[in-house]
Amino acid sequence: MGRDCCSSGAQELHVLAVDDSHVDRKVIEKLLKISCCKVTAVESGRRALQYLGLDGDKSSVGFDELKVNLIMTDYSMPGMTGYELLKEIKGSSRLRGIPVVIMSSENMLARIDRCMEEGAEEFLVKPVKLSDVKRLTNFILRGDEANQMGSSKRKLWDDPCSWFTTSCL
Amino acid sequence: MERNLHKQLGNMKKSLFDQGYLDEQFIQLEELQDEANPNFVEEVVTLYYRDSARLIQNIEQTLENNPLDFAKLDNYMHQFKGSSCSIGAKKLKNECTQFREHCKTGNGDGCKRTFQQLKKEYAALKKKLEHYFQVP
Repeated sequence: MGRDCCSSGAQELHVLAVDDSHVDRKVIEKLLKISCCKVTAVESGRRALQYLGLDGDKSSVGFDELKVNLIMTDYSMPGMTGYELLKEIKGSSRLRGIPVVIMSSENMLARIDRCMEEGAEEFLVKPVKLSDVKRLTNFILRGDEANQMGSSKRKLWDDPCSWFTTSCL
Repeated sequence: MERNLHKQLGNMKKSLFDQGYLDEQFIQLEELQDEANPNFVEEVVTLYYRDSARLIQNIEQTLENNPLDFAKLDNYMHQFKGSSCSIGAKKLKNECTQFREHCKTGNGDGCKRTFQQLKKEYAALKKKLEHYFQVP
């Protein structure tokens, strides 16, 4: 299995993973590390907001240093749900550009629709697979490249074949 | 000697799958294991048993209440089901689903019955996995 990542100096994504389950945090962390991502894993929506500097208190890390490229959050969490976290992030002018992916063990259409309407990039049904994470991170990376080239962002997953072509524009 | 151990491991794993204890998710976890993290699956499973022990205790206590708080029970079971799913514990996952069905219909006896079965499966899987991880 190709574990040789970051060898060509490719950009390393920083992913913030949010899940109240210790087991799931450990697994998602591993999936992301294998996919060449830097991972920060937290156990609640509150903690996530703290980390992102959105809860009023100044975060201990300077904003530039903690640049987060992707947020993956569980839906069902005590206190603040993933959906509520999504709304907070999309409601922030500073953070709304960060893609948010919702993970849930329940495959409920109403739930999925609600999250997508609120601006979620994707809704993944648990247990999350390595193929899901790889597809996601590849998409984010290519989205970043496209942005740097000055082109507009596209939803590549509408056309899975385009993931494998280099001429995506 | 090495080949016999591999065979032993292979047989154990096969029986765990054939008997429906584990599903595809367990294989997914094993595929994440590498030289940097050779005991990853064992670590995840250990974490699972540690966390779920607490949940089991909570459910046990909540089942002693009268009247039963089905919402609370369902919530605990949702968490337990989630973790069980994450390690590929197929039988347990199914017991959890059944328990939650009983919660929905307010069937206290059903909950208690299913929970007893669940505890048995939980203990049985724990033993089998301990055995599985002992093989070097």
